[in-house]
Amino acid sequence: MQLSREELVQAFRRMCTIRAFEERLHDVIATGEIAGFTHLYCGQEAVAVGVCEHLDNEDKIVSTHRGHGHCLAKGCDVTGMMKEIWGSSEGLCKGRGGSMHIADTDKGMLGANGIVGAGAPIAVGSAISQKIDGDGKVTITFSGDGACNQGTTFEAMNMAVVTKAPCIFVFENNHYSEHTGFEYAVGTSKDIASRAEAFGMKVWRGDGCDFTSVYETMREVLEYVRAGNGPAAVEFDTERFYGHFEGDPQNYRGEGEIDRIRETRDCLKIFREQATGAKLLDDKELDEIQQAAIDDVEAAVEASRAAPRPQPDDVTKDVYVEY
Amino acid sequence: MAKMMYRDAVVSTLHEEMERDESIVVLGEDVVGGMGTEGGPEAIGGIWSTSTGLYDKFGADRVIDTPISESAIMGAAGGLALTGKRPVAELMFADFIGVSLDQIWNQIAKFRYMFGGKTRCPAVLRMAYGAGFNAAAQHSQSVHHILTGMPGLKVVMPSTPEDVRGLLRTALRSDDPVIFLEHKALYGVEGEVPDGDYTIPFAHARQVRSGEDVTIIATGLMVGLAEAAADTLAEDGIGCDVIDLRTTSPMDEEAILDSVEVTGRLVIVDEAPPRCNLATDISAIVAQKAFASLKAPIEMVTAPHSPIPFALELERAYLPSADDVEAAVRKTLSYR
Ligand SMILES: Cc1ncc(C[n+]2csc(CCOP(=O)(O)OP(=O)(O)O)c2C)c(N)n1
Ligand SMILES: [Mg+2]
Repeated sequence: MQLSREELVQAFRRMCTIRAFEERLHDVIATGEIAGFTHLYCGQEAVAVGVCEHLDNEDKIVSTHRGHGHCLAKGCDVTGMMKEIWGSSEGLCKGRGGSMHIADTDKGMLGANGIVGAGAPIAVGSAISQKIDGDGKVTITFSGDGACNQGTTFEAMNMAVVTKAPCIFVFENNHYSEHTGFEYAVGTSKDIASRAEAFGMKVWRGDGCDFTSVYETMREVLEYVRAGNGPAAVEFDTERFYGHFEGDPQNYRGEGEIDRIRETRDCLKIFREQATGAKLLDDKELDEIQQAAIDDVEAAVEASRAAPRPQPDDVTKDVYVEY
Repeated sequence: MAKMMYRDAVVSTLHEEMERDESIVVLGEDVVGGMGTEGGPEAIGGIWSTSTGLYDKFGADRVIDTPISESAIMGAAGGLALTGKRPVAELMFADFIGVSLDQIWNQIAKFRYMFGGKTRCPAVLRMAYGAGFNAAAQHSQSVHHILTGMPGLKVVMPSTPEDVRGLLRTALRSDDPVIFLEHKALYGVEGEVPDGDYTIPFAHARQVRSGEDVTIIATGLMVGLAEAAADTLAEDGIGCDVIDLRTTSPMDEEAILDSVEVTGRLVIVDEAPPRCNLATDISAIVAQKAFASLKAPIEMVTAPHSPIPFALELERAYLPSADDVEAAVRKTLSYR
């Protein structure tokens, strides 16, 4: 771990915030208090944080239906997000978007997305824009092992290559697209990165459950792309702790699979072992950080419960720009 | 007669028809569910449980679990249909026509015409549509009005389990491409289903309630709203002629015109936004062909001209309600 203490604390804090956010939602959704389709990011926190810790507000990301982690890692407001998921008019998108459409362009977060495979082409456009501006900024598009089978993703990869756009394709392979195993659905079995390679991109691979692996891999990837070499791709192997969406019976999982991945592949545990092993942070400090994240999320839940609701007339607002 | 849920009407009809006709092939995302997992295939059987048991019975050649590739799913349905198979291709959400529209619109819908009438393209494209689940802007839309305008496609919108079975059989036994729209909010609804191998022809509307004061036209989930409104209005002695169109292309114009001739007052309920939708289409037809019968302006109860919002209150405000239908009926009756 080559990071400074402050950087480590911030990264752990962000991962803990995502974990706390998603676990709280898991509980709340089970009670029926909030509605809609919600896809939790638990298990994949190291990817979002390991990527986004390298970015500022001028670097852009494009996310997916499983977007809470990407949003939080990119700096979207915890309470604003929670209020959005609650459908409040004070939510980040005024309650109109919900879990699958959280966005905050001020933070360089160009939207979660309900359409699998829709993000990559948008990222290419954003990256071309950055190339025109010549400011050394990049756009990152997150895609799953399911989204990598969508034609839109292929088109975007080729277009990024031919336009030399500073676009980074981050593939989060959590082994499932909904209920289907990636070894069935991804023809280049066990590998997504090789597809990007075939399109002419330089590719990297990393362990998406290990923050250090993600962070250090992304350091190289970003150096390469910011230097004007065109797009790049990286595949992170990771785990999805919960179901595809909340309410998924998960009967397609192997016996003991969830216990096993939670035991051996938990990015928070792995981070803790590394940080304490290298004597960079101790357990007490880490516990405090974790508790502070939980407290923050709890405050966001309370604020969301008390937040104002949208009015029926709001339905037709913002369909167009008002002149 | 047996009681059956709307979703079970879909899956039981698929089972029966696949047994009857070996050329039927089912394809779509998670239609098997659990492929390539330890828990094994058929763990899910379709996220709407509309393909449960098919893989087990008919095997991997005829029940194809696809990657997330809607354009290829729809295109493959076209290719299967051109080569003697009867594909039943599923879009998990109707909203995903966005990803696959070229194959539906420029290919499947037009093969026969472009190829000089030489080919048949018997593809059934099933898709779950409709709002009411806080699924927001990209998972809640109605698409019938868009597809109804496309020559070459037939568009079916069953509102009851009985109609699902009769109309799906017709779709599977006809030689044109059929869009089969299943409303998500109806999947869990139970209804009586006749025994036997009945079919329901297309362009054959269903008379849901009879009355002589106002005609109400609806499809899919909207039929229930029209029924509820009609029942409330009946308490005030107002008779509504409620018509469930069942199919929007081809459409039973005669049923509409005959009813309007008697009532002279028309309310159309449409889950789509207000421009260029089924309600405007029917209005134009009635204005043109039954102008003399009309005693009041036609009322249209539709969604507003906006994407579908997420929040509970907003989605409720977005969707037409039975109260809206009732108010529209009273409005047309109060004219003059
Ligand atoms: C175009 C489109 N097709 C299908 C879906 C339904 N759907 C939502 S998420 C998903 C699986 C995505 O898998 P993956 O890309 O691996 O992301 P993960 O869920 O694992 O994060 C599917 C099929 C969708 N939302 N959009
Ligand atoms: Mg996945």
